[in-house]
Amino acid sequence: MSEITQEQVTHLANLARIALTPEEIVSLTSELGSIMDHVATVTEVATPDVPATSHPIPLQNVFRDDVVGQTLTAEEALAGAPDHDGSRFRVTAILGEEQ
Amino acid sequence: MTNDLTRLTADALATKLAAGDISSVEATQAHLDRIAAVEGAVHAFLHVASDSALAEAADIDRRRAAGEQLHPLAGVPIAIKDVIVTKGMPTTSGSKILEGWVPPYDATVMTKLRAAGLVSLGKTNMDEFAMGSSTEHSAYGPTHNPWDLERIPGGSGGGSAAAVAAFEAPFALGSDTGGSIRQPAHVTGTVGLKPTYGGVSRYGAIALASSLDQIGPVSRTVLDSALLHDVIGGHDPRDSTSLTDVWPSFAEAVRNADVAGLRIGVIKELQGDGFQPGVMERFREALALLEGAGAIITEVELPSVEHAIAAYYLIMPAEASSNLAKFDSVRFGLRVNPKGGGTVEDVMSATREQGFGAETKRRIILGTYALSAGYYDAYYGSAQKVRTLVQRDFAAAFANADVLVSPTAPTTAFKLGEKTGDPLSMYLNDIATIPANLAGIPGISVPAGLAAEDGLPVGIQFLAPAREDARLYGVAAALEALLEEKWGHTLLSQAPDLSSSEMNATDEGAV
Repeated sequence: MSEITQEQVTHLANLARIALTPEEIVSLTSELGSIMDHVATVTEVATPDVPATSHPIPLQNVFRDDVVGQTLTAEEALAGAPDHDGSRFRVTAILGEEQ
Repeated sequence: MTNDLTRLTADALATKLAAGDISSVEATQAHLDRIAAVEGAVHAFLHVASDSALAEAADIDRRRAAGEQLHPLAGVPIAIKDVIVTKGMPTTSGSKILEGWVPPYDATVMTKLRAAGLVSLGKTNMDEFAMGSSTEHSAYGPTHNPWDLERIPGGSGGGSAAAVAAFEAPFALGSDTGGSIRQPAHVTGTVGLKPTYGGVSRYGAIALASSLDQIGPVSRTVLDSALLHDVIGGHDPRDSTSLTDVWPSFAEAVRNADVAGLRIGVIKELQGDGFQPGVMERFREALALLEGAGAIITEVELPSVEHAIAAYYLIMPAEASSNLAKFDSVRFGLRVNPKGGGTVEDVMSATREQGFGAETKRRIILGTYALSAGYYDAYYGSAQKVRTLVQRDFAAAFANADVLVSPTAPTTAFKLGEKTGDPLSMYLNDIATIPANLAGIPGISVPAGLAAEDGLPVGIQFLAPAREDARLYGVAAALEALLEEKWGHTLLSQAPDLSSSEMNATDEGAV
């Protein structure tokens, strides 16, 4: 089995901003271990002489002229927001008390 | 009880509409009635847009009556996978985190459908964010396979495939990251094609894995997929990975289907162990028919395919964990305020905990792990190298074959609940479809018959080099014609009539 620990999964959940429950951390630790055991086989065939492919079809970066195109109105952009003040998205405090 | 209009192909509906034999309102209403009759059993839709569909249909009828020159498919109804953002129709991607969200813009494929005058019936069910092979990971409950309601309709696009198989829509849009168009086609006796990467704009498709995702057509016949592909394909400046190629007419490729002299390479690694006997039987039968029609059957090897699933389940979660960071409770979707308040990060974490399902969390954590410091080179970097090896294998195989062929999936539809407890066994089911996504090449699944041991549909998959989607339409249409000539009917004409089986169910207590 892979050496994935509950502490690691807790750390990953924090990085991914998901407040996992203790039960979820236990089950994910074991599932992640068995999945990683399987997918780790990629390291056996990926020898240094093989270049990496990030994108299936070779493409150049695409640019356009820096002019205003068709965009959403503020009203449209805010329409699906959980909270807003009419012109901006509203969120809770960015910093906690200790920060 | 069956309304004849729902049994027609999109092509046949288009012909009748153009001739004035039927109105779009009649065609649309027939499909809405069918949806009302079978949705209780199938659950292919997350949203049925009855009012807007009838209004769109009436508008097409009015324009046709006024003598306006319309697209050949104008007035034909279509179902849309819920991964595609649609103005005026809620879009959830199968997730609670987007429940009730009505996008302020249309995906490019939707813009193209609307311009052609197609009538949107609604949004189809899917695994949450397209993560799954069974629709069981939908936050809104699974879709049931019209051939056997106890079984999966495939995934992630099980809703689109089931809607088409159950005659709720003549065709539909799907999306395919590792087989989400082709595997549902395989288990529902329908047709589905994943275009060449970049062949269809991804603008407005809620991204799972950006280097793998591709939108494509789902239908009952090869011609209907080609007709739909002709509408949605082509360059889009809003998608920087969209190809600038000028594409041939895929409908023409279907109409000119001929396999004489076509070199078909059978993929050695995608048969045998783990492949159900009934799947292999239909596969070999299809190859014999193609050979009889003049195709040259050879064998090709793709030795790196055995590592494709491993590479895929590193690359896909890595890209997904990044793409799904946008669900942060700020701009759209759910917001959960933790007890006693908290910072924006606390709100974000509580929202994502409540809004994401188990499979989505699993893949985000897996992807975060694969991308984290100290593991990036070993996992993500190695997976990208395997991607190179898979591409090299395909390049070598296509030097000796015009198209490649394999069963679309190892087995027929498994039972709902059978694999939900074992994520890895669900992942391994994607063995035959994943390589095309890693290489960016097009693939099609077309019905090959029913497996003898369970009477369930079996699909056959053809793959072509990048940009050669037309070849797939040609070979699939030729096989479809050969098989239907042999059977004397279409495969889907053998599917249970759900409106009557439901009635039997109340009599017998079982379906």
